[in-house]
Amino acid sequence: MYDTTRTETAVSQQDIKISASNVQVFYGDKQAIKDVNVGILDKTVTAFIGPSGCGKSTFLRCINRMNDTIDSARIQGEIRLDGQDIYDRRVDPVQLRARVGMVFQKPNPFPKSIYDNVAYGPRIHGLARNKADLDGIVEAALRGAALWNEVKDRLAEPGTGLSGGQQQRLCIARAVATSPEVLLMDEPCSALDPIATSQVEELIDQLRERYSVVIVTHSMQQAARVSQKTAFFHLGNLVEYGDTDDIFTRPQDSRTEAYISGRIG
Amino acid sequence: MTGLAFALLLSASLAAYMINRRAALALRDRGERLHSLGMFHGLYGLLLILVPAVVVTILWIMLQNGVINTLTMSSLPDGALADMANPQLVLSEIQSLAQGRVFGTPEPWKLEAAERMNDLRANSAWLMVAVVAALSAILLLVSRRQVAAAFRARQAVERIVMGLMITCSLVAVIVTFGIVFSLVFESIRFFQMVPLTEFLFGTRWEPQMPIRADQIAAEGAFGVLPVFLGTLVITFVAIAISVPIGLMSAIYLNEFADRRFRAVAKPILELLAGIPTVVYGFFAILTVAPALRAWGAALGIPVAPNTALAAGGVMAIMLIPFISSFADDALSAVPRSLRDGAIALGATRSETVLNVLFPAAIPGIVGGVLLAVSRAIGETMIVVMAAGLIAKMTLNPLDSVTTVTVQIVTLLIGDTAFDSPKTLAAFALGLMLFIVTLFINILALRIVRKYREQYD
Ligand SMILES: Nc1ncnc2c1ncn2[C@@H]1O[C@H](COP(=O)(O)OP(=O)(O)OP(=O)(O)O)[C@@H](O)[C@H]1O
Ligand SMILES: [Mg+2]
Repeated sequence: MYDTTRTETAVSQQDIKISASNVQVFYGDKQAIKDVNVGILDKTVTAFIGPSGCGKSTFLRCINRMNDTIDSARIQGEIRLDGQDIYDRRVDPVQLRARVGMVFQKPNPFPKSIYDNVAYGPRIHGLARNKADLDGIVEAALRGAALWNEVKDRLAEPGTGLSGGQQQRLCIARAVATSPEVLLMDEPCSALDPIATSQVEELIDQLRERYSVVIVTHSMQQAARVSQKTAFFHLGNLVEYGDTDDIFTRPQDSRTEAYISGRIG
Repeated sequence: MTGLAFALLLSASLAAYMINRRAALALRDRGERLHSLGMFHGLYGLLLILVPAVVVTILWIMLQNGVINTLTMSSLPDGALADMANPQLVLSEIQSLAQGRVFGTPEPWKLEAAERMNDLRANSAWLMVAVVAALSAILLLVSRRQVAAAFRARQAVERIVMGLMITCSLVAVIVTFGIVFSLVFESIRFFQMVPLTEFLFGTRWEPQMPIRADQIAAEGAFGVLPVFLGTLVITFVAIAISVPIGLMSAIYLNEFADRRFRAVAKPILELLAGIPTVVYGFFAILTVAPALRAWGAALGIPVAPNTALAAGGVMAIMLIPFISSFADDALSAVPRSLRDGAIALGATRSETVLNVLFPAAIPGIVGGVLLAVSRAIGETMIVVMAAGLIAKMTLNPLDSVTTVTVQIVTLLIGDTAFDSPKTLAAFALGLMLFIVTLFINILALRIVRKYREQYD
């Protein structure tokens, strides 16, 4: 397991994009995450797997501080992005979320045009100097999400009019358009058919070249296909974390083995 | 007597419930497979008696006076009515005699008629009780004979209940149509005296008609434009003030306020909706209007005593909770996932509200605003108290204007003859108001409904 305390060497810090130490999350009195320590690598796809309700989404939402929007949620411990504590008083969660993008389980395009959906992030963060610039960003993001060819003639149509799979890729394009450093994806394919799923998986593989990608998935095959690292959560604990190949072929913990062989879930 | 009739039919239906239920259960105990539960057999008996018996009793009470009056009048001695101009007056005299109110020395045939009327009344009451009793007994027997294992009592009960519900909803529809028809009918009489074009496009509203030929008074002019303009000015003022305040407070309460503040502020806001409009009227004439005059005097601007601004401003206060609760609902109905989507992109709270939540909620908000508009147009008490009486072609909110509702009230107050155009004009105004608000309401409901379909 990775040791991600403050005494990391300079070398390992280069590779580690996000390091969590002693993270605990409570909803009211209920503890959802118990003492999680993990180092997530840059330019790598990391999969979070585990039975329903084990805290995968909760932990994921800590990384871009989306849990701040839940009144009852309380977080202890430390999460560092590029070595900086993101829960530090001086960190603006709004700026953090521009660096750490998120794609949700259910596609949630805004009731705006396809173009405006993708352009929304660049606009509010002032990433484009002019219209041509913005057009370029939108096109690049839509190409990146493998959606450009399908929508290039209907950019002015509402994003809500697309099919479920197209909507999800639109949401990915929307997240990519702000050029985040980390992309968090919470079960991004659960609403998609097999073809759209494989398109998104292909996309994730390409995104790895530029971002650190964290994907929550219930599909073991998907985790095995797209990720290089896998973390197995169980009842709020991070049980096992390592190379995806190792987790799926030589799990160290009996709970991991039971889960991947279908005995807990 | 009416009480006795109701007691009878109630106890008969309760008895039917018990008897039939017991009979059904007895069948079951004998090993038969009942189609419906015993309770439904009981309910069937109950409803079978209750519904017709209540209907008969009510009809009887409603119709008996007419029958008794006709019988009394037709049995008057020949020639009694010949010298009287108005049989209606004779009838009411006989009626008051029958109730023991004697004025002066009535003719003996009137006393006789009054006595006959009282006899008829007593007979009618007894007859009603007898009819109800007989009807209940027959229906009790009928329903008891229907109790059988195969009898589909549940379906029968459901059908009866369904019929009752349809009847109730028809009542609302019929009443609405009745109101509309009476409006239309009286308006047609009005338009026979005043041409429709003059009503719709005339710019003078002076409904004072000479009552006697020798009176020196205005000719009477029925141009609705200045009146309608007054309504528009006041409505505009009310909406222009209440919409921003209502929206802002809804957005603040929904998005920014912490839960404790919301828990206190929301009920207080809703309290505004419970204030009677008369009280708003007081507030307008006693507080707002004098304050406006004082400010006007200080600034050197002429301000009328009854300004559109005062009436509209107070009406705005009344509309704030209405608009804010509509906007609150519309904002809350925006799915959480949209909010999360914007926040996860690094949008601030205000950017989220402004760019995502608000556009998504706009159809609902527009619907609410339109409903508020139609309330403002139809609002009566505040303007009767705080707006003026003279119709003027003006758009100045600091001037005194009158509204359609105020004119309806003033036209119908006091001595009115129901065949003069002055009185009938009230119905024409009412019809116009009805059409305008109906149109706005339909539009508003359309928008609201369309919006609901989007997210369900
Ligand atoms: N907003 C919330 N308020 C209170 N409790 C919550 C909230 N969100 C999650 N929880 C609780 O925290 C625990 C972890 O939830 P979480 O959503 O992180 O699970 P998950 O691993 O993502 O499950 P799934 O695979 O079903 O998405 C659960 O027990 C859940 O009931
Ligand atoms: Mg989850």
